Amino acid sequence: MKHLIFFLLPLFFFHPTLFAQTLEEKGLEIAKETNRRDDGFSDFMATLTMTLKNKHGEASVRVIRNKTLEVPGDGDKVLIIFDNPKVVKGTAFLSFTHKTKKDDQWLFLPALKRVKRISSSNQSGSFMGSEFAYEDISSQEVEKYSYLWLKDETYNGKQCFVVELDPADPKSGYTRQIVWYDQEEYIPLKVDYYDRKNVLLKTLTFEDYQQYLGKHWRPNLMEMINHQTGKSSILEWKDYQFKTGLHDKDFTKNSLKRAR
Amino acid sequence: MDGARLAKTVIRFRWLIVMGTIIITMAAGSGGRFLGFSTDYRVFFGKNNPQLQAFERLQDTYTKNDNVLFALAPKNGKVFTPETLSVVEALTQEAWQIPYSLRVDSISNFQHTWADGDELIVEDLVQNARNLSDEDLSRIKAVALSEPLLVNRIISPESHVTGVNVIVNLPGKTIDEVPEVVSVVREMANDIEASHPEISVHLSGMVMMNNSFSEASMNDMAELVPIMYLMLIVTMGLMLRSISATIAALLVIGLSTITAMGLSGWAGILFTPPSASAPTIILTLAVADSIHILVTMLQEMRRGKTKHEAIIESMRINLLPIFLTSITTAIGFLSMNSSDAPPFHDLGNMVATGVIAAFFYSILFLPALISILPVWVKKQEEQQGIFMDRLGDFVVNKRKPLFWIMLTLTLVFIASLPLNRLNDQFVNYFDDRYAFRTDTDFIVDNLTGIYLIEYSLDTQEEWGVSDPNYLRTLEAFSLWYKKQSRVLHVSSLTDTMKRLNKNMHEDDPTYYRIPEDRELSAQYLQLYEMSLPFGLDLNNQINIKKSATRFSVTLENVSTTELLALEEKAQQWLKANVPASMQVPGASPTMMFSHISKRNINSMLVGTSIALILISGILIISFKSIKIGLLSLVPNLVPAGMAFGLWGLMVGEIGVGTSIVAGMSLGIVVDDTVHFLSKYIRAQRERQLNSHDAVRYAFHNVGTALWVTSFILVSGFSVLIFSGFTLNSQMGLLTAITIAFALAADFLFLPPLLMLLDRRKSKTAMASESGTNP
Repeated sequence: MKHLIFFLLPLFFFHPTLFAQTLEEKGLEIAKETNRRDDGFSDFMATLTMTLKNKHGEASVRVIRNKTLEVPGDGDKVLIIFDNPKVVKGTAFLSFTHKTKKDDQWLFLPALKRVKRISSSNQSGSFMGSEFAYEDISSQEVEKYSYLWLKDETYNGKQCFVVELDPADPKSGYTRQIVWYDQEEYIPLKVDYYDRKNVLLKTLTFEDYQQYLGKHWRPNLMEMINHQTGKSSILEWKDYQFKTGLHDKDFTKNSLKRAR
Repeated sequence: MDGARLAKTVIRFRWLIVMGTIIITMAAGSGGRFLGFSTDYRVFFGKNNPQLQAFERLQDTYTKNDNVLFALAPKNGKVFTPETLSVVEALTQEAWQIPYSLRVDSISNFQHTWADGDELIVEDLVQNARNLSDEDLSRIKAVALSEPLLVNRIISPESHVTGVNVIVNLPGKTIDEVPEVVSVVREMANDIEASHPEISVHLSGMVMMNNSFSEASMNDMAELVPIMYLMLIVTMGLMLRSISATIAALLVIGLSTITAMGLSGWAGILFTPPSASAPTIILTLAVADSIHILVTMLQEMRRGKTKHEAIIESMRINLLPIFLTSITTAIGFLSMNSSDAPPFHDLGNMVATGVIAAFFYSILFLPALISILPVWVKKQEEQQGIFMDRLGDFVVNKRKPLFWIMLTLTLVFIASLPLNRLNDQFVNYFDDRYAFRTDTDFIVDNLTGIYLIEYSLDTQEEWGVSDPNYLRTLEAFSLWYKKQSRVLHVSSLTDTMKRLNKNMHEDDPTYYRIPEDRELSAQYLQLYEMSLPFGLDLNNQINIKKSATRFSVTLENVSTTELLALEEKAQQWLKANVPASMQVPGASPTMMFSHISKRNINSMLVGTSIALILISGILIISFKSIKIGLLSLVPNLVPAGMAFGLWGLMVGEIGVGTSIVAGMSLGIVVDDTVHFLSKYIRAQRERQLNSHDAVRYAFHNVGTALWVTSFILVSGFSVLIFSGFTLNSQMGLLTAITIAFALAADFLFLPPLLMLLDRRKSKTAMASESGTNP
């Protein structure tokens, strides 16, 4: 019997349900740590090129600029300015993301010279006709999901936590997401999205991470592939600038009109 | 070909042949386990079919169109009640669970847009239906009934029936996908009817149709094949009056069918409704060979010959004609490979295989088996020939009036050919015993049309869809289509654009028009696109470059000929009003089926002509007479001509099922001609008879067998009339008519023709028969 104790003892140490934390707690811990490590960027700007492709490789390109303001205690404020295609140049989109309640959104239409507030349940919807949904690219607040640590696994040569995220929003387009977090830097490397009938719908991969201000990791490329329709979208990020001195007043309805 | 020698060999090795046949059949038949039932209507179209290609391009540009349409009909006739709307709302939610579902559209998740000052509100039209007040209900009703995107599509104008349309994206990897979707969908429909007896649910859409195709194949096999066996057992029992002979013949046709089906399985063929009729047809055709051999054998035994002598004599007489008829029948069916619709290739190849197998089993297995089985016959004077002798006399005596009567009838029927119109309304392929048909009929009567024409109108310029000129053109095309009769619904991007323009101007109705400026339209579209939830995006209407939009027209229950005429008018409109890049043909399953008969007839003409040349060549060589070979064309071609003429008078509509009958029946009707001519020539050459006596000889010797086999063939093809798949039932009926006409032509038209052409020879006979010939 003595032998048996020796064999079992290590299991008690490492088995997470019996010791220290549950799988849910471990998942939540990873998400919190991820958020914590990116805290304090205060603001950043970047230029994005978004390429939409269909099954046959037909492509369409959009160029946009992004300004993000960190809001402590709530979701970020995001301003997006459209530079290309020409017909929508000058269009500007302002979004106050929130931890749990519906985001506030406004769009400035230069051709109409008016700012329109959008009231819709578009969180699950496509962002500019791409394979990215709002909920995929808006700020990932911890409160938006419940978590479940599944396993550790090597992905692309990196040791990862594999965590399941179940969206809290009943209007989400997904039943769950599986995220691969780099264990060293706590950054997502890959996400599998499962649709409302729990079938794999899309896969997002993050590539070319770079660290800014010695702290904040940002990818240069995000690729989303829709497995069901064969369509895909690529987001290329360029010219990241952090702590540029953006302020609340740069993220108002009125600022939209000036935001060229 | 020496039938007698072959018969002697067969009798000597009878046990070996019987065992060998069974082993070979088992080996071939084991391929049957690979047979499956196709669940895709697209199998009716070859890869190079231009309408299929156009439709695939359209689907690739936007989203797929395979759909399931639930139609909910509350018994009180009111959709806009909390009860009905809550069912719609729940079903809309639940429909996302249907396998492969990509999009769900209903009145509840319709993205209602409206303005509140500078706020654009985009929301589900129906939310929390249970708690809606009367005020809410009448507001929702007013919105739904004034929305061009919904009326006649998702909601009936009388608001008594509403639909939930689910787009599914079938990966097309296995044949189980469609049944998988259908079983879930049917369960949902049953659940609703069980928990809400006041609502009836009807199911339609392309997925339901696909499933019905495989159901039709299975039903035809399960129902028609037993009827066929029963019919054959009764007929053969009556004709042969010998249990052993009947059993032997049944085994031959059974083994032939198993062989053909098994080999099809090895070849990886999937059953479609047309090819599912192959077993029935093989049974019918295979029996003819056995009948000829057995009838002669029994006749010889009744005359006093021993069984083995009778077998040898029967084989001596019948081997050549059976060989000829088998090869011509096979050629006729193989000619179906020229058809534009692949299921008919399968049908042709399966039946040809069965016919060839039946030939070998009839000349090897049948004599071997019958020489083993005990056969009792009463020795008796021949009686069978008496009626045929009288018929022969009648035909010889009345040859001139018969000739003119038959010629007139033939011409009258052939003149009626143009009465036939092409029609392939695919819903009507199924009769009332299929829920798909009755449900779809209900939907067409109460909610929306099932026949669509779609266009992808391309500006060839990125974001060109926001060009006001383009939008105005769309609007004009839409107005033009709406003015055409029998058009139920037209869907174009302009409906959305006009609504957005109104919303952007505080819902001022005067702005319900196309925006005047390109940037404005583009920005509205961008705003709208950014406001739509999951699964309700514009991908199904606008392509990725925003250079083209999808334009859909829903029609009432129109025949495909009417539909093609309408589309032709649309093409003229496009030519007159739009740039060349936008002058595209309509594309849709309806368009594909609308062209199928014509394409099929044209392609079959080639195959049938080749078959006709081959068959005539074979006849010329085997009868060693060019004149007889050419003459055979008359009784070979007249029956189909007459049958289609009669069809024109009776039915007046040809579909893809009937369009192949001429080619298919050619190989069958030629059999009667072969048997009759071979006896006629034998009489002239071996017995030096004049044409009149040669006709009498032919009637005496082959008349009964022809009558019997024709009777069996007509009955066999008539069994197909019981099919619930009208493509098969009409094909069966028309083939049966053709075969009946063929017998009439061989008995009443061919002999007078032979006698007229052989007048010189018959002049010597005139003297002896002067009394009966005026």
